[in-house]
Amino acid sequence: MALDPKAEAALALHRFGLGPRAGSIAAIASDPRGALIAELDRAGAGRIGTADLLTSGVAARAAFAYQQAQREARQAERAAQQANAAGAGAPEMKAQSGAPPPAAPRPAAGPGLPQQIYLAEAKARIDAALAADIGFVERLVWFWSNHFCVSADKGNVRQICGAYEREVIRANVLGRFGDLLLAVESHPAMLIYLDNARSIGPASIAGLRQRRGLNENLAREILELHTLGVRTVYTQDDVTRFANVITGWTVVPFRQDPVRGGEFEFNPRMHEPGAQTVIGKSYPDAGLEQGRAVLAALARHPATARHVASKLARHFVADEPPPALVERLAKRFIATQGDLKETAKALVSAPEAWEAPRAKLKRPGEWAVGALRAVGATPADIGPVMQAHNLLGEPLWRPAAPKGFADESAPWLDGLAQRLDIANQFARRFGAEADPREVFEEALAPLASDETRQTITRAESRPQALALLFMAPEFQRR
Amino acid sequence: MLANPHAATRRELLIASGTLFAWAYLPKLARAEGRDPRLLVIVLRGALDGLAAVAPVGDPDWVALRGDHALTLGGKPAALPLDSFFALNPAMPNLHRLYKSGAATIVHAAATPYRERSHFDGQDVLESGLAKPGAADSGWLNRALVSLQPADRAGGSRDAFAIGPIAPLVVRGPAPVLSWTPRRLPPASDDTVMRLIELYRHTDPVLARVLEERMGLASMARAGGMDGEQPRPVGAGQVRAYFAESAGTAAKFLARANGPRIGALAFDGWDTHAAEGATNGRLATLLGALDGAIAAIEAEMKEAWPETVVAVVTEFGRTARINGTDGTDHGTATVALLAGGALKGGRVIADWPGLKPSKLHEGRDLKPTTDVRAVLKGLLNDHLRVDASVLASKVFPHSAAVKPMAGLLQQA
Repeated sequence: MALDPKAEAALALHRFGLGPRAGSIAAIASDPRGALIAELDRAGAGRIGTADLLTSGVAARAAFAYQQAQREARQAERAAQQANAAGAGAPEMKAQSGAPPPAAPRPAAGPGLPQQIYLAEAKARIDAALAADIGFVERLVWFWSNHFCVSADKGNVRQICGAYEREVIRANVLGRFGDLLLAVESHPAMLIYLDNARSIGPASIAGLRQRRGLNENLAREILELHTLGVRTVYTQDDVTRFANVITGWTVVPFRQDPVRGGEFEFNPRMHEPGAQTVIGKSYPDAGLEQGRAVLAALARHPATARHVASKLARHFVADEPPPALVERLAKRFIATQGDLKETAKALVSAPEAWEAPRAKLKRPGEWAVGALRAVGATPADIGPVMQAHNLLGEPLWRPAAPKGFADESAPWLDGLAQRLDIANQFARRFGAEADPREVFEEALAPLASDETRQTITRAESRPQALALLFMAPEFQRR
Repeated sequence: MLANPHAATRRELLIASGTLFAWAYLPKLARAEGRDPRLLVIVLRGALDGLAAVAPVGDPDWVALRGDHALTLGGKPAALPLDSFFALNPAMPNLHRLYKSGAATIVHAAATPYRERSHFDGQDVLESGLAKPGAADSGWLNRALVSLQPADRAGGSRDAFAIGPIAPLVVRGPAPVLSWTPRRLPPASDDTVMRLIELYRHTDPVLARVLEERMGLASMARAGGMDGEQPRPVGAGQVRAYFAESAGTAAKFLARANGPRIGALAFDGWDTHAAEGATNGRLATLLGALDGAIAAIEAEMKEAWPETVVAVVTEFGRTARINGTDGTDHGTATVALLAGGALKGGRVIADWPGLKPSKLHEGRDLKPTTDVRAVLKGLLNDHLRVDASVLASKVFPHSAAVKPMAGLLQQA
């Protein structure tokens, strides 16, 4: 099925990007595939300005100091209340003391520091998505960030989950999978989220001294979710031994080191001594290097290539991706030693990636950002956008489980009615000055049915027309 | 140091609903006369069926035209008599009470100069004040404000209140505007849901099924098919609450001693192509909500009510006859509803064109005999003291032939 150039450009924007803005379709219509590849080749692709954002170490320490101050304030308040209560029991004392003691300062209203940092990071992410020409690289960032997800709802991750995405995902999104993997698994956000920061080798110095011990959580999810894939080539023994390998991969405690607190460190006192065999290969104990070597082997494993290839194809193309496409991507991944830029190029160069019917429902984030892009909105207040993510079941950086948000369409269908309410809100909030007929031409026309065109042009008002446009099958599916 | 009394707090900005005011400009001439006039414009988007809102019960062709759908004095519920010829939709008891006390006026068979039937273009003409549709980036209310002298008010900063993007075209333009982003917007209307389901049915059965299930419409449609009873619209209470909160909040600000004097808001949902329900369905719900909004304005205006005019206008009317789906299609002339203590009310102003087929516009619509711009120019001239030549050139360009309607206000 050959598409006309405008339809192919629109498909490129909806399927591989974040949806058209005014002029997007015309800008890439002469060579949509070339335009996608050019976005990958752009210098600094994937990175975003960080002028007013904190590194994860700085954010972690700032949040720690903030939480400590909050604790102290609460303690002071309790002490003052107790003193007051004691005073009430002795009226003659009260008469002498005059005015009650001044209350301790209450915590400032509004979000606390971790939430403020989280929102600043969220704003930077949404701004990047709105500013992208096509948004293919942003979609890849979102994909890998979800593949290697952490959750802001886990203690002390909220203040660093945005920095994690910038420092780890964005920095490696077009690099090698092995480098991305190592950066992910040694980042404090992941080590805290999947409990490895507290995992202690039973025979390590620390393990011999205290009752706490091994935690397999991160090791299992690396094998099951991050690399090989579930029910592949590993056993429970592999999980346990790999967990031993990465004991000591932890985070500097704040109280111990106020300067480096919250940063990654390898702590040899927590590391399980000795060689470990993981998936048929023995790794001598070389401290931190032992874990690096296992991760490097996992990155090279053919099962990892197949897992990554099928996830990419499922995310971008079809819930049941064409086997030929998966095969093509896995081959390219292996041939380039896990080069993610080359793998992404293979994706948009594959005919199967364009031939699949537009059946996938956009994820809530893609869809909401796509709606803003279609009307050219760049909201200063991202509150309504964040609220949309929450209502539609994709709260930013807050997946319910390490598996991340679903790539298949089915789970998102349930939120269709909520999408209508969000569409209605967005049309009023962000589209007040947009002409729906122009938005339709610029964002949807090459892919739209006559019925959709008529529904939009016959709407009773512009906000209704925009809401219907956002809800049109051609805007929901890609 | 005193806080600036003009500055709305952030909290206040968050509670109002799609309401807009220009702050820095005040009707200075009117103030010199010792008056302090307020004007609130409500745009009904989707085209109000003027014949279902204010029925010509005295017209011999009325019942024949609308059949069972015709509002009558003997109907159930009965239309509320206005004069010997017209009666008000029974969903609007507050407007009826105001009319009886001289604080409401109805202008019938009125229309803008627009004679096509596109909502977007019709709304543009209504709100821009231009004679034809086309690129419009400012509205007549805003340009009327520009013609008034900027107020000499300490702290009345001109650019301090340009917040938020939700401005109906009627108030957009060079004069500074304050807009509010509502805390909660209403959910999508039943009408929007029905249009979407209709689209999905033709193009995407999976989405159609999901949405129908979620909206519970499948079962509602089945229930509604039995014993001819109309299903109660979903969310009628929400519509009422939203209208009342929006209008009431607007009035709260207009009522303030140092508040704004001009505002505008828009209510959607009037495009009643199917199952119009003028007496017990969708349109009755909307008119009831509008009636509640007018009551909320009166209540919140308090002492400022005697100096208030509320003008309710829509882009065009609907077909005189009922169509094949118990609704009405896009038409031409309709009503403009005016309410407020400053009016010389208790009147229906109409050069009635009649309802015989030969009298209908293009054989189908109520014929326009009054230009809505004449009504609006009359209000701007007599209430706010916008100069008549400015009205004819800048506010409603190329409208010199449309004279301001005189005598709408108690104090001319």
